[in-house]
Amino acid sequence: MSTTTDTSPAAMSTTGARLDALRAEGRAALVGYLPAGFPDVERSIEAVLAAVDAGADVVEIGVPYTDPVMDGPVIQRAAEAALAAGTRVRDVLRVVEAVAEHSGGRVPALVMTYWNPVLRYGVDAFARDLAAAGGAGLITPDLIPDEGGDWIAASQEHGLDRVFLVAPSSTPERLALTARASRGFVYAASTMGVTGTRDQVGDRAEQLVADTRAAGADHVCVGLGVSSGAQAAEVGRFADGVIVGSALVRPLLADRPWADRLDALRATVADLADGVRRARGGPGAGT
Amino acid sequence: MPDQPVREALTETLAHQVLGRLADVEGPYFGEFGGRFVPEALIAALDELETAYRKALGDPAFTDELARLHREYTGRPSPLTEVPRFAEHCGGAEAGHRVFLKREDLNHTGSHKINNVLGQALLVKRMGKTRVIAETGAGQHGVATATAAALLDLECVVYMGEEDTQRQALNVARMRLLGAEVVPVTIGSRTLKDAINEALRDWVANVESTHYLLGTVTGPHPFPEMVREFHRIIGEEAREQILERTGRLPDAVAACVGGGSNALGIFNAFLDDEGVSLHGFEAGGEGIESGRHAARFSGGAPGVLHGARSYLLQDDDGQTLPSHSVSAGLDYPSVGPAHSWLHDLGRATYEPVTDDEAMEAFRLLCRTEGIIPAIESAHALAGALRLGREAAEAGRTGQVILVNLSGRGDKDVATAARWFGLLDEDQTDATPEGDQ
Ligand SMILES: Cc1ncc(COP(=O)(O)O)c(C=O)c1O
Repeated sequence: MSTTTDTSPAAMSTTGARLDALRAEGRAALVGYLPAGFPDVERSIEAVLAAVDAGADVVEIGVPYTDPVMDGPVIQRAAEAALAAGTRVRDVLRVVEAVAEHSGGRVPALVMTYWNPVLRYGVDAFARDLAAAGGAGLITPDLIPDEGGDWIAASQEHGLDRVFLVAPSSTPERLALTARASRGFVYAASTMGVTGTRDQVGDRAEQLVADTRAAGADHVCVGLGVSSGAQAAEVGRFADGVIVGSALVRPLLADRPWADRLDALRATVADLADGVRRARGGPGAGT
Repeated sequence: MPDQPVREALTETLAHQVLGRLADVEGPYFGEFGGRFVPEALIAALDELETAYRKALGDPAFTDELARLHREYTGRPSPLTEVPRFAEHCGGAEAGHRVFLKREDLNHTGSHKINNVLGQALLVKRMGKTRVIAETGAGQHGVATATAAALLDLECVVYMGEEDTQRQALNVARMRLLGAEVVPVTIGSRTLKDAINEALRDWVANVESTHYLLGTVTGPHPFPEMVREFHRIIGEEAREQILERTGRLPDAVAACVGGGSNALGIFNAFLDDEGVSLHGFEAGGEGIESGRHAARFSGGAPGVLHGARSYLLQDDDGQTLPSHSVSAGLDYPSVGPAHSWLHDLGRATYEPVTDDEAMEAFRLLCRTEGIIPAIESAHALAGALRLGREAAEAGRTGQVILVNLSGRGDKDVATAARWFGLLDEDQTDATPEGDQ
């Protein structure tokens, strides 16, 4: 069953197909977030490719933005540095392109962006250029489906995924609305709060995933606060994907040679990748 | 200028045939502006707030209590003061213009901000929340919020850009005296917009216990509409007062526009009076060409920031550009969506006033009338001087100009003293950092 009524030839969701394939393997996806342009565009490409090679199944490329209200201090710092280094919105497309080439299209690259940079670029133009770069779609933390008419139209037109968010505060009506509007997966915020690592993943996450599925979503991935393999194993039990951001960005902010930072990133990704593989006790375990 | 019956006929036409009453437009959209560009996590709280606010406005228990506080605590109605010595500088004495100030500076806590704060704080009690957070630039909204929190026994945290905590150090002390926690924000440009970012992050994490007491007509629905409702009393009083004093409506209304709450509050009562021209004055800073200003309508374009679509200072990538003004309260890169709507409709005009012009008007009001205005309000005074001059040049004399004096200047004395070089060097060192 599709979460949308889309009947166009481009109806097959890139990210949804990837999540289905992993589901068949009996495990959740590891979805890794990294900001484009930190510490500069070239090295951000190295970092994303390193994460892919170390086991990220899906990547989110962040557009650095001046006012990231859904992000905690770690991602704020990286975004600020990326902007100070002169990162432009179009550079994000270069990072996306690099992932698409490197993985031969196997690893979906979603762009995570606050809404104003897309508005300014032009919603349809951005969708067109993202599709041309081999991108899978957008995650939009400050765009709710109610305000997303232009983006819903443009993403249909260009065959892109639309990842909207739900939160523990979402009502059943809003879960249904968001599930219907989304394509690829629904992003369930594990807790009420902004991005950042936490000792515990919110205990409302499992219920939220169940409620979101009941509201009609095919795929639900969980983000906010996951930082260790153990947490990934816990979340991977009930979610289609485990989204990790700050825990990947933090090693890149360390005051060490770049090669060492990349090694630390690889180690973190490997630990998380191991976590999602442990979650359900092997192939075919299903959801 | 048309006489009263003709004007009323025009008003009828405008109001009922063309657009409906402009003064009563409800959110989430004002034309193509406004909306709710926020994380899903906040939607339930915004819905709860909207429901509570609509119910409260229809409940005499709420409106009576608010009216009592306005009367007994704030000191409303605020007076209307005619300023003839100042008016002589509006196009010259020969022009014969009359200038009236709506004295929001005489409210408890020293500005119009208290009108909105008391309304929202009473709502917080009704919603059963126990904690309020607020952003502040000049510190006036923070002081008003800390005041209401003390009065109504609410926990209060105020976010303030580090740069503003320095240039408005006295207001930081006032908030702390009132029992509020003041958190200096050290990320981004360290001014009002970054304080709002931090307040939004706090709100997402604590929304069950906490209300975000937003200080102006910006932000996601229902804030722009709700804050207008809490400030419409400014215009309603002023309209009645000026009719009583002059027997007619003003020709022009002038207000400064930061987020736009004092301006919308006074404009609102005249929106459907076609013969009254409405003028918002933004911070022109060091001039539009300098790039150092907060003139969204001269130097911005529609975009989304802090939950609403409105005019915005932004670069080609949609990144927010830093704003600049000698007055912290006008130093914000976006503006309330209702103003963008009125701008595009042509119902109100918006012009920049530079730091220099504002400070000149500031000094003039001090010297001619014995009133020290907030530097924010001085932008409206400079605007009135310009309107009077332009009217005189166009041969229109005897105009009635109504100016919203949104706040008093006590908080700005250190900045003004530096600006005008009124202190000796060692005294200058002892004053809080002024931003010039
Ligand atoms: C005295 C005074 N006037 C005006 C403003 C600007 O706000 P608004 O445009 O919402 O009235 C402020 C804000 O701090 C203020 O303190």
